[in-house]
Amino acid sequence: MDLIADHISHRFGELDVLDRVSFTVASGEVVAIVGPSGCGKSTLLSILGGLLRPSEGRAELRGAPPADSLNPLTFVFQDFALLPWCTVEANVEFPLIHTALDATTRRAVVDDALRRTGLSDFRGAYPKQLSGGMRQRVGIARALAVRPAILLMDEPLSALDSQTRELLMEDFIGLLADGAMGAVYVTHNLEEAVRLADRIVVLSRRPGRVREIVEIPMTRAERGAIDARGQLLGLQNDLWSLIREEAIDAEREVQHA
Amino acid sequence: MPSARSSMLDRAPENDPVTEVRPVAFRGAGFVPNAGRYSGWIALALVIALWQLAGSAGWVNPLFLPAPSAIAVAIYKLAMSGALWQHLAASVVRIGSGWLLGTVAGVIVGFAIGLSTLARGVGITFISALFPIPKIALLPLLILWLGIGEEPKIATIALGVFFSTAISVYSGVDAVPRNLIRMAQSFNVPFHAIVRRVVWPGALPSILAGFRITASVALLLVVSAEMIGAQFGIGAFVLQAGNLMQTDQLLAGVVILSLFGLAVGKAISVLEARLLHWR
Repeated sequence: MDLIADHISHRFGELDVLDRVSFTVASGEVVAIVGPSGCGKSTLLSILGGLLRPSEGRAELRGAPPADSLNPLTFVFQDFALLPWCTVEANVEFPLIHTALDATTRRAVVDDALRRTGLSDFRGAYPKQLSGGMRQRVGIARALAVRPAILLMDEPLSALDSQTRELLMEDFIGLLADGAMGAVYVTHNLEEAVRLADRIVVLSRRPGRVREIVEIPMTRAERGAIDARGQLLGLQNDLWSLIREEAIDAEREVQHA
Repeated sequence: MPSARSSMLDRAPENDPVTEVRPVAFRGAGFVPNAGRYSGWIALALVIALWQLAGSAGWVNPLFLPAPSAIAVAIYKLAMSGALWQHLAASVVRIGSGWLLGTVAGVIVGFAIGLSTLARGVGITFISALFPIPKIALLPLLILWLGIGEEPKIATIALGVFFSTAISVYSGVDAVPRNLIRMAQSFNVPFHAIVRRVVWPGALPSILAGFRITASVALLLVVSAEMIGAQFGIGAFVLQAGNLMQTDQLLAGVVILSLFGLAVGKAISVLEARLLHWR
């Protein structure tokens, strides 16, 4: 199943946020969206996931989702969006309660998602008892439970410390390794984008337009090698040089707003 | 020979303002009040003891301020005669019925205002206009409409409870983090399930805080309503005692009201502890 951004424009009142953004996320592909602050990355993700109606253009799906997918487009949120009154287990089960799955199957799906994210021993804990990294793992387990075709990740690591970010990045790379699941990964962190994405959509400053789409010329497995680091760093620098001037302008704009 | 670092750490000659070593002054005290476990009860016991002493020593006229022992005796006699239970039962029935009616209506209207654009547009205007009216002022009108029985008193309490409940409920619904609602929507959770599993528990802290306020409002209104037109009830009893200058009985009624308020507050605390344990 492909996800298509078809000439998406969006305005909040008088403010133009996105301007005719078009690209396609092919089945199993990981596409990162980067750009200066306020360029509409998160707005674009909300539109792609059906949480926001665009002013113009549309988000489209091409092809059928996997037969066992309960929610083909599934978000992983920056702030985790966990129900504080529910245990880890109940949070992971939450999206399954209103599906056709019976209680036994639900239980098995939850167990599997908790096992894959290393949360089996924390099933009875409440979110307030967990660290930021563990909370995000619950968010990931919840997303995995509905077997998504495409994960929509809105800066999922930005609220975490650098060590936890590194650990979760390794988890993401592992989860996306077999190509069964695609992802749209919104981030301001170019290193994360270069490590995870197959292609990187670079947006201009507001109103966000597609400035360039950069392909990463190696597989994610190859990027772990030491001799690949120099090339990845070069790519990261190229991306930064694309964004730098506009990022400075965007920051000044924010300061004067 | 000492190194440069060790010589810096060495104590300087006393009274040398340049090299004297002194502890950094602590400036972080205060602004974290912490109620002691027994301090409130000890303070209450001290005030009662002082009050009793003033009464026993004849420092105050018992007609103006009866001693705590006299009030306790009055409560005991009222309980033994059965009058206490008669008055208390009448008040509890009125408070219970009025509070329940007002709460159910307030929760329904509060949720409607919190979730529906149409209800919000209409509801907030009405609530803003009617909330500030002292509800006891409507009692004569309610007597005209509903007769002189229990109904106008219950309706007065229900009205008072309704507005505070509706406001606390829609404020609570507004305070539910939008990201949780968007998360539920992103998983295609149906509207009714979002209300039941996300909005209701998210609004519950505000709703329970509202219950605390409406319990006080109900108590206030039952006493006022009973003072205006009732034969039985704690309010009627207090008014009667006041008219007959039986100040020990009057204060016995006040103590019973206070204990009733405390019991309701405790019940709400227990409810909060059970329902909001996740906080």
